[in-house]
Amino acid sequence: MGIDSKSGTPGVVTTNLEKLANWSRTNSLWPMGFGLACCAIEMMAAQASNYDMSRFGMELMRSSPRQSDLMIVAGRVSQKMAPVLRNLYDQMPDPKWVIAMGDCAACGGVFNNYAVVQGVDEIVPVDVYISGCPPRPEGLINGVLLLYEKIRKEKFAQWK
Amino acid sequence: MNDLLKPAVEKLQKKYKAQVNEFKDEVTVFIPAEKNTEAATLLRDEFSFDMLPVVTAVDYCPQSPRFHMVYIFYSTKDKVYLTMRASLDGDTPSIKTMEGVYPSANWREREVWDLFGITFEGHSDPRRLLMPPNWQGHPLRKDYPLGYEEVQYSFNFDEIDLRKPKGER
Amino acid sequence: MREIQEFTLEELKHKFSPRALTGDTVVLNMGPQHPSTHGVLRLIVELDGEIVVNCVPDVGYLHTGIEKNVENKTYQKAEVMTDRMDYMYTIGNNLVYCLAVEKLAELKVPPRADGIRVILAELSRIQSHLLWLGTHAMDIGAMSVFLYCMREREMILNIFELISGQRMMTTYIRPGGLWRDVPASFEEAVRDFIKVLPGRIAQYEALLNKNRLWQDRTQGKGVIDTKTCLAWNVTGPVLRATGMAHDYRKANPYSGFEQYDFDVPTQTGGDVWSRYLVKVEEMRQSLRIVEQALDKLPYGPVRDSNAKYIPPRRSEIGVSMEALIHHFKLWTEGFTPPKGSVYTAIESPRGEQGVFLESDGTAKPYRVHFRTPTLPLLQALPLVAKGAFVADLVAIVGSFDVVMGDNDR
Repeated sequence: MGIDSKSGTPGVVTTNLEKLANWSRTNSLWPMGFGLACCAIEMMAAQASNYDMSRFGMELMRSSPRQSDLMIVAGRVSQKMAPVLRNLYDQMPDPKWVIAMGDCAACGGVFNNYAVVQGVDEIVPVDVYISGCPPRPEGLINGVLLLYEKIRKEKFAQWK
Repeated sequence: MNDLLKPAVEKLQKKYKAQVNEFKDEVTVFIPAEKNTEAATLLRDEFSFDMLPVVTAVDYCPQSPRFHMVYIFYSTKDKVYLTMRASLDGDTPSIKTMEGVYPSANWREREVWDLFGITFEGHSDPRRLLMPPNWQGHPLRKDYPLGYEEVQYSFNFDEIDLRKPKGER
Repeated sequence: MREIQEFTLEELKHKFSPRALTGDTVVLNMGPQHPSTHGVLRLIVELDGEIVVNCVPDVGYLHTGIEKNVENKTYQKAEVMTDRMDYMYTIGNNLVYCLAVEKLAELKVPPRADGIRVILAELSRIQSHLLWLGTHAMDIGAMSVFLYCMREREMILNIFELISGQRMMTTYIRPGGLWRDVPASFEEAVRDFIKVLPGRIAQYEALLNKNRLWQDRTQGKGVIDTKTCLAWNVTGPVLRATGMAHDYRKANPYSGFEQYDFDVPTQTGGDVWSRYLVKVEEMRQSLRIVEQALDKLPYGPVRDSNAKYIPPRRSEIGVSMEALIHHFKLWTEGFTPPKGSVYTAIESPRGEQGVFLESDGTAKPYRVHFRTPTLPLLQALPLVAKGAFVADLVAIVGSFDVVMGDNDR
């Protein structure tokens, strides 16, 4: 982006449309914190004052799917919860991204049995996987920053 | 045995000719399955066992009798626990519900029906508690498989990947 | 299995009043995902305007099959799964499982290990109550209390990370004692925390106790009496807020709790306000126990020396044949306690947490049942919620301190 200072009116920025759109999408990504189990506690700790997530634009967890663009699946997804998860994902408007937080959301975690869905990517398409049981709040923040980099690289042709 | 438990255990032993087992200072009384509510009423009214913390079952699959219903009573006055077991046989056993004597047994019995398949006669709400409502089978029985998923290593990654369901947008 | 299974009103007819079928009252879903951050609890409420006529909890959205999974693992490996049940009192889950295994196998826990277990259990109780206070206040509307409570909680989690490397799921308490001894900076960290906490609790009370809004939202709501509590098997702070001073640390003491001097706080109101007062006072009493345990902590080993159950020290494996063989057997097969069944219970911040463990003489447990305190609490919810406003329903569910991982296992 170049600041056009020759014209004498500061505040004119030249860029290309993709970069502008991507930048505006990342800077205030509103998560729908889908806190299911233990990872939800670490997500709340990441939201609190020690590891503040509002520095990255995520001031509040919007609990309504219609008003959020990021779904952080934090915790194990049981067979009874799986259709509810898909329903909520479908209710989110485009553009939307999914972060699978923790081992249980990424791959089923410690629980390899009849009751837990082995990885939330069997139900929704996942953009970033964060490992840990539960991942430290810094781990969650690292995952969020990885997502920002991914969004910044998106191109027009990929938008649906 | 704790002295405070002795009168209750002796009364149960006399009335139902129950077998008493002592293991590491815990007392287990084996009661015939039809008499479970009677014994519980006796414990609640005559001896001060006012809480029923544990209502569960154990499956001894190939052996017979197949199931043991386990009830553990607690007395807040004397601070002692008493275990009571009732053996049930067959693949779809049934036993009277404890709901009338101890209301807290309601959900616990629903859980036992859900996970073991033991029906409770006279239960006010016989629905599944933990599994989805149209789930087939009773997971905690010994002949129900664990539902273990094969682990994807690099040598079998592709063949498992083809079988795995994938979520799309 | 990917379709949502809806309940029809026909199926639940026996739970709702006849007015629901004619449309006089509205049946609404407070779904598994809602912002009160109590996990995945689904409440189907029948509303007459704003007043709750009936409330049916639908649980099972976090069912993990832990009881079945544990039957396929050895005793040591199964302990890892117990951490993840009641994820707000993780030390307690490990503790009750290890107490059951120790009772079955007759292992002797050395006094130093008991002292450290008590310190960790009480710190974990303080951490659970802090998180409860933060989320409960946030539900009712006092959002800044959440940030203050998490600040103290971080200090406790730093202590857990110091001893075990993990903030929450420590698995530090093992059968026979502890995993390993605490590092030298443990005592200083705990003493720093003891100095800081009383002032912070005073801050929370200053924010909430005399606050007219808080009092109006919590006093007189969700009243339950002692007889109902005992009949429905509700234990813990909810029972103590009705006037009965029943605490498993005093009634059936474990891990040396009888040596410490502490009070069991009670209130007589039985409403949301009483439960709040009981829990804040419990935090203070837990701090008292931590201080006494730290002062009395003896020197000595931290694990039993029974070689059939406890792994040998790493330094011995190179020089002693028996140590090598024991290590090999424990790692490949696992230990085999005698046949029989035991039941042990401890006092968790929600009530009586117990483990019913049955062994058949092999290396894998035959049947493990976790008696969790949240199930009776949710069962008693419809009784308490009748006649309350919807906003009070949120306050009542919050004051019961439900943790769905505990309920559904």
